[in-house]
Amino acid sequence: MKRLIIVSILMVLPMFSFASGGSIDLKKSGYDIHNKDSLRKGFDIYMAKCASCHSARFMRFERIAQDLEIDDMESKLPYGTKKLSATIPAAMTAEMGETAFGVAPPDLTLYTNYRSSDWVYTYLVSFYQDSNSKTGFNNHLVPNVAMPWVLAGDQMTKTEGEFRTDMRDLTNFMTYMAEPIRPFREGLLKYVMAFLSVLLVVVWLLNREYWKDIH
Amino acid sequence: MSIIKDKGTELLNWVDYRLPIVKAFKTHMSEYYAPKNLNFWYFFGVLAMVVFANQLISGIWLTMFYTPTADEAFNSIEYIMRDVDSGWALRYMHEVGASLFFIVVYLHIFRGFLYGSYKGPREMVWVIGMVIYLLMMAEGFFGYVLPFGNMSYWGAKVIISLVGAIPVIGESMQIWVQGDFVIGGATLSRFFAIHVALVPLILVIAVFLHLVALHQVGSNNPEGIDIKAHTDENGIPLDGIPFHPYYTVHDLVPIVIFLMIFAAAVLYFPGGGGYFIEPPNYTPANNLSTPEHIAPAWYYTPFYAMLRAITFDFLGMSAKFLGLIVMGGAIVIVFFLPWLDKSPVKSMRYKGPISKFMLALFVISFLVLGVLGAKPADWAPSWVAPTFTVFYFLYFFAMPFYTKMEKTKTVPERIG
Repeated sequence: MKRLIIVSILMVLPMFSFASGGSIDLKKSGYDIHNKDSLRKGFDIYMAKCASCHSARFMRFERIAQDLEIDDMESKLPYGTKKLSATIPAAMTAEMGETAFGVAPPDLTLYTNYRSSDWVYTYLVSFYQDSNSKTGFNNHLVPNVAMPWVLAGDQMTKTEGEFRTDMRDLTNFMTYMAEPIRPFREGLLKYVMAFLSVLLVVVWLLNREYWKDIH
Repeated sequence: MSIIKDKGTELLNWVDYRLPIVKAFKTHMSEYYAPKNLNFWYFFGVLAMVVFANQLISGIWLTMFYTPTADEAFNSIEYIMRDVDSGWALRYMHEVGASLFFIVVYLHIFRGFLYGSYKGPREMVWVIGMVIYLLMMAEGFFGYVLPFGNMSYWGAKVIISLVGAIPVIGESMQIWVQGDFVIGGATLSRFFAIHVALVPLILVIAVFLHLVALHQVGSNNPEGIDIKAHTDENGIPLDGIPFHPYYTVHDLVPIVIFLMIFAAAVLYFPGGGGYFIEPPNYTPANNLSTPEHIAPAWYYTPFYAMLRAITFDFLGMSAKFLGLIVMGGAIVIVFFLPWLDKSPVKSMRYKGPISKFMLALFVISFLVLGVLGAKPADWAPSWVAPTFTVFYFLYFFAMPFYTKMEKTKTVPERIG
């Protein structure tokens, strides 16, 4: 019977290998949500480049200040935002975005969960000059992209390496923003496992003690 | 000390005279005799109880913070994730728990297939168990809609549209189920009520009856030997041991191992690689933006594949309605398993090679259909899903014949 089960499993396993693999090769974002320096830099880039059009309506400044240990958050609040408990607003309304770009800029709070961090990173570094397009630029990942090439200046003036590091930090911040509790919950695992391992030894010995008479 | 002990005994006697707690404890725990040879496969019943408890407790707390309206449902989930203390843990425990509930219950059901636990005199245990499974599927569906992400919305749309496929009355029934002409606030609030009150209430009763029926006839075992056939002078099965303390202690080991897996999933893989939380559910419900590929939660995918396997109209019935019948039939037929199995033995250990082959084929079909249901319809050649649907049904329809004609091995009198 055991053999049959193993054979069945082996026969079915290859079917899952088709599960991965999209049409475009995504670049590895290499995010590290435990790296607070990178997250703080990512936050600054986010506020400078993304927040003018995109909101992050679930992310509070207060939470960022606590998690990323930013003491002078008040000075970083955008124009019109007075409270630390506010969430990151977009400087323009969704209607303005729709008029300007044809689509309303999506809220970015959960975007790396929706698309994946690798997708966001690949997207950010895939803009290029394209004389065939109406706008004069294009994106390898999203052809005929609606979003303007906001980072053109950075991409032109910085070295390839510097620009990619910036985009890594930005992706990293967005990954953190999608689930601010994540560093904490991942860190919790070792304590939970340590406790349960001790408990396992105890119940194992208890079981052995009770069952030694059963044959 | 002895005064306290005397007072304690007095109180217990007082209560027991009015409420039979001592008798109930004896009947179901300390004097319930279970076969001494229960193995690995028998852990999943108690594990199902553990997950069920987890679902009830985490669910009660989520109910305190969730808002069942079209505008606020999605936001309230993020509120739980970010602003409620330990809200993230509650939500992940509930969401990972839902998937683990199905994994555990599928293994529990497979145990029944393997050792013939459905066979007489355990028919009622089996039928009530299948009712529990149906209720779980309903509970899972209603719960999946509540976060009101885009996959919740489109998943609900696909499933509710099945109601609309019923000839004549379908369309008006669909609107009745939705509570509106579209899926919206009215749908959410009624699904919320069903998910947190109606179905759990029936589930608790069904689980209780499942255990009452089991304890009435006693547990089966991997050998399929009836331990009540050989008893000592007090009527106690010679191959049985008291459930308490032996199995209560025994079950602690798998429970702790299960908790380790559960903790690892909650803390490290709460999204289940896109299968526990599907990425489109990170955007709010949007009736203008269809996800590229709509798939139901993984635990329904075998049945979803069968629904899609029917692609032709027949006798004036639409393919969709026929698919609905096939899908429903795939679940209903499992109820009849006790009466389809004509074998003189219970356990697969003593059945013949045809039974073993058919069970293997059945498991493979179920898994293949599960993968197909999670993929776009054109992912595999069009003959695959219908073929494995036929294999799935073959297991049941051919069972009366092959179990009757095949040669079985002799079951020993006692558990050795």
